[in-house]
Amino acid sequence: MKKVDFLMAGVGGQGTILASNILAGVGLELGYEVKKAEVHGMAQRGGTVESHVRWGDTVSSPLVEEGKTDYLLGFEMLEAARWPTYLNKESVVIVNRYRIAPPAVNLGKADYPKEQQLDEMLKNSAGKVLWINGTELAAELGNPAMIGVVMLGALSSLLGGEEEAWLKVVEDLVPAKFLDLNKKAFAAGRDSIK
Amino acid sequence: MAKKLMTGNEAFAYGAYLSGVRVGAAYPGTPSTEIMDNFSRYPGVFAEWSPNEKVSLDVAIGASYAGARSMASMKHVGVNVAADSLFYAVYTGLKAGLVLVVADDPSMHSSQNEQDSRNYAKFAKLPMLEPADSEEAKQYVGLALEMSEQFDTPVMVRSVTRISHSSTPVEMEDRQPPPPPEEPPAYERDARKFVMVPANARHRHPVVEERLQQLAEYAETTPVNRIEEGSGELGIIAAGTSYQYAREVFPEASFLKLGMVYPLPEKLIRRFASGVKTLVVVEELDPFFEEQIRLMGIEVRGKDIFPIIGEFSPALVRSCAAKAGLIEGSQGQKEAAAAAAKASELPVRPPMLCPGCGHRSLFYNLRESGALVLGDIGCYTLGFAPPLSAMHFTGCMGAGIGVAHGIDVAKVKDRTCAILGDSTFFHSGIHPLIDILYNGGSTTTVITDNSVTAMTGMQQHPGTGITLQKQKTKAVDLEKLVRAIGFEKVDVADPYDIDKMAKILDDHLNSDEPSVIISRRPCVLYTREKNPPPRVDEEACADCGICLDLGCSPLMQEEGHVSIDPILCNGCNLCVKVCPSEAIIPQESW
Repeated sequence: MKKVDFLMAGVGGQGTILASNILAGVGLELGYEVKKAEVHGMAQRGGTVESHVRWGDTVSSPLVEEGKTDYLLGFEMLEAARWPTYLNKESVVIVNRYRIAPPAVNLGKADYPKEQQLDEMLKNSAGKVLWINGTELAAELGNPAMIGVVMLGALSSLLGGEEEAWLKVVEDLVPAKFLDLNKKAFAAGRDSIK
Repeated sequence: MAKKLMTGNEAFAYGAYLSGVRVGAAYPGTPSTEIMDNFSRYPGVFAEWSPNEKVSLDVAIGASYAGARSMASMKHVGVNVAADSLFYAVYTGLKAGLVLVVADDPSMHSSQNEQDSRNYAKFAKLPMLEPADSEEAKQYVGLALEMSEQFDTPVMVRSVTRISHSSTPVEMEDRQPPPPPEEPPAYERDARKFVMVPANARHRHPVVEERLQQLAEYAETTPVNRIEEGSGELGIIAAGTSYQYAREVFPEASFLKLGMVYPLPEKLIRRFASGVKTLVVVEELDPFFEEQIRLMGIEVRGKDIFPIIGEFSPALVRSCAAKAGLIEGSQGQKEAAAAAAKASELPVRPPMLCPGCGHRSLFYNLRESGALVLGDIGCYTLGFAPPLSAMHFTGCMGAGIGVAHGIDVAKVKDRTCAILGDSTFFHSGIHPLIDILYNGGSTTTVITDNSVTAMTGMQQHPGTGITLQKQKTKAVDLEKLVRAIGFEKVDVADPYDIDKMAKILDDHLNSDEPSVIISRRPCVLYTREKNPPPRVDEEACADCGICLDLGCSPLMQEEGHVSIDPILCNGCNLCVKVCPSEAIIPQESW
């Protein structure tokens, strides 16, 4: 039975929900059964957020099972490292090299881990860890909020398959006036890990 | 038929629309909010945000009495507020179908407890359905309405966070909702049925008990309770999300999938149990099925394997099942535990007040005042969190004012202050305010008016002048309302003006007169107001940490000074006002 399990991790407000909607839509385009889960509400206020997206011939649980994630997309460096129990030695992690300090770090009461430390933690649990300057790429194109589409561009180059399916869903879900920009962001993400 | 990905909440709304629900009423509450939000957008329906859940259920009941199919939706704790109405409606019965959709929140992602609403079905003596995905969410609302009419009772449909906020495929249907009747139906003036004075209610209780017996018979044959044949070694009884997790963990087992979770089909359960060697109930939260099955005299396992606390996941069901010897354990658990331990040391990221939020300015002043602050449920609850640490109690919607009054009459030494939001005030703040005035209390109540129900995602309320269906309406004026109750000491101020607010707080907290302060600053996420971020003069910064103690995320500790992240900053300039060194300089332009 074929299945692909995705986990997206980030900070409330980074746009993981739009990105997970796009990823779910692509799964449907490709003919999979798709389920998706996330938590709304209180966590939106700058807290840790995670989205689960599952593609498969049949999918029961909307939640990815720990230890069985195929792809982890870390929208923020520290948040990427929070989910080792979901990974296995085959898992691929894409990390956006972007830092949002948690409150304890802002207050000088904790240190933000070094990139190398986070990289080691991820490599311990996953098979492959890829870093991209996603927020920077999105900002260069004019809007750092497009990070989700950049991440999906990167993911698409790993998954292979038709780019049309991805762009069709992006077109459906992104406001028309931002479509061209988002297409560029998708291409920038795709090229970032070629 | 085309399939579309829908959240459970979207599917509940779609099912209600397709089934001809014409009246919907709700109070927002995570994870239920989007049910009524979505329903309100369908053509030809009436949908409202009621001031609270009890009112919403009464509205739905009234519509049903008048012959219109209706739906009320709320979060689990909302049923506590609406319970009085739920119980009478079970006695009276209805005219047209009524469905109450309740969304539980196991693991308390956004709630104050994790009560299991299935207990309400047993307590109030009405049937309950529980879908396991969005397609079932759509279907079960329709089934609930049919059952409601067939058995003359309200029907509850239970959701949980992982149903309400998960997206799964839903069949889009060609059928149109049944048209409304051409002639408005007459209200049936039947006192024996609708006037629950003791003499009539005594006559209704046997009806309720008889109906439950009939519903139990119905449960035996309804297709939503189904046996999925598997191996005879292991039989799993499950409903809702637990069914989905168990399906992945026990691919070989036989399943009794319950779509109707109360009353239970005893004969079906006996038949299923007799065909399997080991019978296991997989259910989140309370041992609701397990206890009833045990009372049938059937040997069953459940809470000796799976926890009573918190939500389940596929991994949790698998590890509990492995420990109990139901399946083989997986490898590499030690390594995973070590990695998890390391990850748990990473700095946490709790939710906090947004940059620019008026509540932060208010809580800064409250902290400075030293008052004991008795709070409530909403965004402002985050004022409890360090470094503000300026709220000392939160229980449930509307509790803060009464608790403050109780603390006052017990004569604590602290100066006290009750605090609640505008939407919470309309929900359940008015009665305790009346209590203070009536019973000679002296409590100061602060209404943090951000002019919207912000925490649940910007819903309208009676103070905003706009309805759920975006109609202009009369806005209830908070100040006039509290003055009309009889409060004479009432002040309205902008929390951004911290000097003025400090004076008002000092005046009110030191007065024996009961009083109200309306702290008014619209939610910045709602108004999308943003001003130029201030600039830090690094030379002038004394590195004292006073601004950091506001707990505002753009403010960051650097070597020897603070900095401000211009992307995150909202430009409210609170940090400018509290800086003793004049090191944070407001900017006129970007």
